[in-house]
Amino acid sequence: MTGMTLIVKTTTRLIVGFIVVFAASVILHGHLTPGGGFAGGSMLACGFVLLLLAFGKKETHKVLTEPGAATWDSLGALGFLCIALLGYVAGVFFTNFLPHGTPFTLISAGTVMWSNIAIGIKVAACLFAVYVVLAAFRASES
Amino acid sequence: MVFYILTGVILMMGVYAVVAKKNLIKIVIGMLIIEYAVNLMLVLVGYRKDGLAPIITKAEESTAAFVDPLPQALVVTSIVIGLAMTALMAALCVRLHQRYGTFDILHMRKLRG
Amino acid sequence: MITAILLILLAFMIIGSIIAIETKDLLSSVISVGAVGLGLSVVFLLLGAPDLAIIQVAVEVLTLIILLRVIITREDVTVAHRYRYAEVFATSAVLVFGGIFIVFAWVSFRQLPEFGGPLLTVAREYLGSGFSDVNAPNLVTAILLDYRAYDTLGEATVIFAAIIGALAILRKTGRIHDDRNDIDS
Repeated sequence: MTGMTLIVKTTTRLIVGFIVVFAASVILHGHLTPGGGFAGGSMLACGFVLLLLAFGKKETHKVLTEPGAATWDSLGALGFLCIALLGYVAGVFFTNFLPHGTPFTLISAGTVMWSNIAIGIKVAACLFAVYVVLAAFRASES
Repeated sequence: MVFYILTGVILMMGVYAVVAKKNLIKIVIGMLIIEYAVNLMLVLVGYRKDGLAPIITKAEESTAAFVDPLPQALVVTSIVIGLAMTALMAALCVRLHQRYGTFDILHMRKLRG
Repeated sequence: MITAILLILLAFMIIGSIIAIETKDLLSSVISVGAVGLGLSVVFLLLGAPDLAIIQVAVEVLTLIILLRVIITREDVTVAHRYRYAEVFATSAVLVFGGIFIVFAWVSFRQLPEFGGPLLTVAREYLGSGFSDVNAPNLVTAILLDYRAYDTLGEATVIFAAIIGALAILRKTGRIHDDRNDIDS
């Protein structure tokens, strides 16, 4: 699919960096402010979809291809499962085994931050992958 | 109480769109409206009068008069699952339109794969 | 005050749903559903759930983009069919079922605690010891990823399966159709 006009491309070039950084901030600060893995992951997927709509498929392939998105999806789900299985270190499945730290700082609350990152990556990659495949589906191919 | 009944009305309109409409996109829109009504009902049950959002700030470190955080945690997963379901239904619509050339379900009669 | 704003927003959502269901143009109905979803996001914000409002806005935008991509270049080549008997039956069946549902809902919603005073049977313990157990100020995230982490694992599995299903439906290589014009690669 082709991209859009020059005004849209220039504006996207200026904005998409802010979208990705804001989504990463929402994911990382998920245990301090409202947000978390799901909200940040959806916003990151929106940023990638904006890149695909403005520049077309050929340019977006340099950033993230569709098999690459499916791979990141699987890696995110596997990461979340690994954090759950590593809870066996402290006894039970899914225990919060990392040290809790001082409240209201960034590195605190044990495995909550790492679970947020894994889920954020997973949600962003899977929503972007399904949109890429849907948009590139042409009626002449069966 | 009147809020619960209005949410039930939204749910019934979604069910009407799924059952009685002949266009495939209208059926997908009916499923979306059913999801909105169900999520709204779950959050309405957990609301507390003059309650705060369940985020602890440094100002007061006590949980005085927070709204119920448990339905909110369930609705978080429900919203994102709803989006995955909508993507699956849209993929089905695209395939059906490629096969039959229309979105009308009365014209999709050939059951060959 | 909040009840008045909630009533206005719920009326806006009902009118938006009626427009989305009844209008004949597909583009207008998709945009109306988007308006209903954004109204729902404002309702979530008023009910004290900022987490849900963020997620609902982002998910609503993605839903709109996906639905618009499905309908925007595909024409419908059918002719309008006439008034059929099955349509009357379906509409009357839904009206009867809707009436019975509203009656039973009225009877059974009286058993719920009144609006504004939740029971908090399970959440009282989460609210009491959540901050000292998990050290996370965001209690919704603490419930999602520490107390109820199994539900999050199940949800990740459901999303994974649904997206793989969508990717499998839309793939290019599949069974060989024998009645199409077979120009195969």
